[in-house]
Amino acid sequence: MSEKVLIELTVNGVEHELVVEPRRTLVDALRHDLRLTGTHVGCEHGVCGACTVLVDGQPARACLMFAVQAEGREVRTVESLAEPDGTLSDLQQCFADNHGLQCGFCTPGFLMLAEGFLAEEPSPTREQVREVVSSNYCRCTGYQTIIDSISACAAQRCGGAAKEGAQ
Amino acid sequence: MTATASERTLRGGSWVGRSVQRREDPRLLTGSGRFLDDITLPGMLHAQFVRSTVAAGSVTALSLDAARAMRGVRGVFAARDLGLTGIIAGLDRPLTEFRPTEMPVLAQDRVRYVGEPLAIAVADDAYLVEDALELVEVEYEVGAAITSIPGALAEGAPLVHDEVPANTFLDVSMFDTEGVDQAFAEAAVVVDVQCSTGRQNALPIETRGALAYWDARDEQLIIYTCSQVPHQVRTVAARSLGLDERKIRVVVPDMGGGFGIKCVVGREEIAVAAAALRLKRPVKWIEDRRDALTASFLAREQHYDAKAAFDADGTLLALQADVLCDMGAYSCYPFTAGIEPLMASAEMPGVYQLPAYRVRGRAITSNKAPTAPYRGVSRPQYVMVIERLMERAARELGMDAVELRRRNLITVFPYTGINNITYDPGSYLESLNLCEQVLQDEGWYEYQAEAAQQGRHVGIGYSCFSERTGYGSAAFAARKMDVVPGFDISEIKMDTSGTVVVTTGTLSHGQSHETTMAQIVADKLGLDINQVKIVQGDTDRITYGFGSFASRSITIGGSAVSLAAVKLGDKLLEIAAHLLDTHIDNVRLGEGRVELVDEPGTGLDYRAIAEVAHLRAQLLPKGVEPGLAATASFDVNGDGTFSNATHGAVVELHPGTGKVEILRYYCVEDCGVAINPKVVDGQARGGIAQGIAGALFEEVTYDANGQPLVASFIDYRVPTACEIPDVGISHLETPCLFTESGAKGAGEGGTIGAPAAVLNAVNDGLRHTGVELNDTPIHPHVVAAALATATATAREDSPA
Repeated sequence: MSEKVLIELTVNGVEHELVVEPRRTLVDALRHDLRLTGTHVGCEHGVCGACTVLVDGQPARACLMFAVQAEGREVRTVESLAEPDGTLSDLQQCFADNHGLQCGFCTPGFLMLAEGFLAEEPSPTREQVREVVSSNYCRCTGYQTIIDSISACAAQRCGGAAKEGAQ
Repeated sequence: MTATASERTLRGGSWVGRSVQRREDPRLLTGSGRFLDDITLPGMLHAQFVRSTVAAGSVTALSLDAARAMRGVRGVFAARDLGLTGIIAGLDRPLTEFRPTEMPVLAQDRVRYVGEPLAIAVADDAYLVEDALELVEVEYEVGAAITSIPGALAEGAPLVHDEVPANTFLDVSMFDTEGVDQAFAEAAVVVDVQCSTGRQNALPIETRGALAYWDARDEQLIIYTCSQVPHQVRTVAARSLGLDERKIRVVVPDMGGGFGIKCVVGREEIAVAAAALRLKRPVKWIEDRRDALTASFLAREQHYDAKAAFDADGTLLALQADVLCDMGAYSCYPFTAGIEPLMASAEMPGVYQLPAYRVRGRAITSNKAPTAPYRGVSRPQYVMVIERLMERAARELGMDAVELRRRNLITVFPYTGINNITYDPGSYLESLNLCEQVLQDEGWYEYQAEAAQQGRHVGIGYSCFSERTGYGSAAFAARKMDVVPGFDISEIKMDTSGTVVVTTGTLSHGQSHETTMAQIVADKLGLDINQVKIVQGDTDRITYGFGSFASRSITIGGSAVSLAAVKLGDKLLEIAAHLLDTHIDNVRLGEGRVELVDEPGTGLDYRAIAEVAHLRAQLLPKGVEPGLAATASFDVNGDGTFSNATHGAVVELHPGTGKVEILRYYCVEDCGVAINPKVVDGQARGGIAQGIAGALFEEVTYDANGQPLVASFIDYRVPTACEIPDVGISHLETPCLFTESGAKGAGEGGTIGAPAAVLNAVNDGLRHTGVELNDTPIHPHVVAAALATATATAREDSPA
């Protein structure tokens, strides 16, 4: 397993070259090679969703992808959401406003799941949000406030879009 | 006089009671938190454990040489290589009641459960160390495994520990009061239940782990670990490694949940520290999910055999219970295997007036992973038992079950129970009335009736309970624990900017202490919460602490924080009065300043006072020490504080699939003064989700040889957003008499109330079938079978 591969990928808009073993998971490459530790590891078998990132805009389990599979692709992690000055994105602010997190360990996974989902479905029903949220595990919140947070963000974005349309 | 100082904070009170936004959130939402696995040190190595693949037996050969010879492997250590002292958790009880046992840091010859660590392997890379594990060969002489309570207690059963007769760690008959037999003899109705709860995994999403290294400059072993009890980790590490405690510093970074299983000391943390000392390099271990599911501390597996006597009008006359807890292979430190049966025995009477009580509590050992306290600790189980007895008695007497509860609830406080515990005031009756009222007002009783007309199966169930929170020294001392974790100490320091740093011996792992503790301090001193920094989770920075468990953080830790702030406020007043050349009675703490009582907005701001205290000490009043620091400790005066709640659940049972769908869940809770209501709601909802998980979904099972049948999330049914309903919450507020803020604990109630409410609702839905369920998790096939039987019976009964 000592054979290593050179790959290129874009993470949060920045191009990187990495030398990795073919078996190295994307989440380990992000966390330990690129030091983007915001993405967390919860189960390493693709169920809990703590490691969810966006790959070419789609939510993906970074523990189920090898880093080599991200060759030439665009990856977004939780570190990409806030403004460079630390101002929270609307989605992050909705999580703060609605107490959508407690220990915060699963939170980056839920944020990236929601970010990908809302890009695809900007005005979901609460039940649609619930169904998507069921992709990931949270052990602290009982999920309700996560659903509240994502629903509130969707409503805000739609309200904003409506206003722009009216102008 | 602390009360006087509090009264002087006339402008205080603006923070406590508000749903202040969490100060933890910005870092956690941006990926800037620092969890254990986020820490990387130069030269760091990675560790994993060789674990037993058999449940019982002895190791006849352990071949580590091939792994040791692998490139990149820096060491593989078995028990003999490290020579560590084992971990012993004790109770001050005679051997007839409690058998202390040693949990070796690494098993040497004998293994007692699948997953027991035999050796620690350390390599350059986390992938390499897993390769190395594959080169380890272990041979066993396999013994018969004890995998059930009846199996453990059977005549002639093999012993898990040679020194533990009848596989019984603890056997205590705590109460046998007068009148039990007479009550059962004379009762109008006697009902009994046999209730069992499945083994569960508390399942924090962040698994356990540790990172240790020797810091030559401080001459200290540094252990980063995700533990709820850093000082206790230090104690065990010091004993096991033969070091003075000052030579060990335990630091806890952000923690991704704990729920109790991280409030005990794991053997792996000690082994990692020992390996780091041997290799003179930082060594990190992050538990993988398979190990977390099979080899970590588990929880909950209990069996109750209980009966209750009632008179004709539904008054409870006597309760008798036999409590059996399967604690797995070892006692956990510091709580011991006694924690579950002792808590159940002492507190089972709960919210009901009980004249006569007999109980026997036993902790059984088995060849399964050891257990640790998990959110609620025995109370989810005994509340389920009591609430089933209430429901059954109501049926026997033809009474409404809610009315029967009303007749038996404690309503006059303080109330000293048959268990010699004095309950502080609560809202037992009010919470039940309100919960029932809400479900009535929302139309669920009509809904149930209409559903029945349509042949659907809708049930409504309740649970009433109180929970002791804030166990002070007296409560744990009564349990006769070697380690009595009752008090907490806080230190507060003001710097020359006029902002403060406060330490707490408690430790947040999701409960927002950085926010709630700051709210308490901000009110006491008239500061903005952003001028208050909370320090937790570092044995070098915290005088001493017992961490966070048993809902003790706000009750005990918050009280210590509050007292320390008041002390500092007293010093600020004294210095300011001197500098203002006035009597101390003429000044008070205002917003960020000490001001003249008669002239709000005047006086000296804290920065000016703090500058004098630190930079121009010659201006201080005579006899006042330079600097601005204060220390205070707090212990609960009395038997503890008692939060209470009523939970109500409406479920629909689906024929064919046996699915239990929760249509409505409502909770009326009273934790005294809520420091931050949003945080309290979060604790309730999260707890209820874990309680529902135990009621309907989660169970760790083993085969007859002690092989765990749950090794991944494919086998362990963790409920998701589609299984956990939205939860309605009402708050009642009966301020606590024993804490500084009037707060009672809020961390565990949700988990305690949910199993009983759900189980009662399911039984209400099954009422027409004649089937009664008393075990959790409630398996869908059992519900489906009950409904199918009823349908078949109805078909037979109906005219052709």
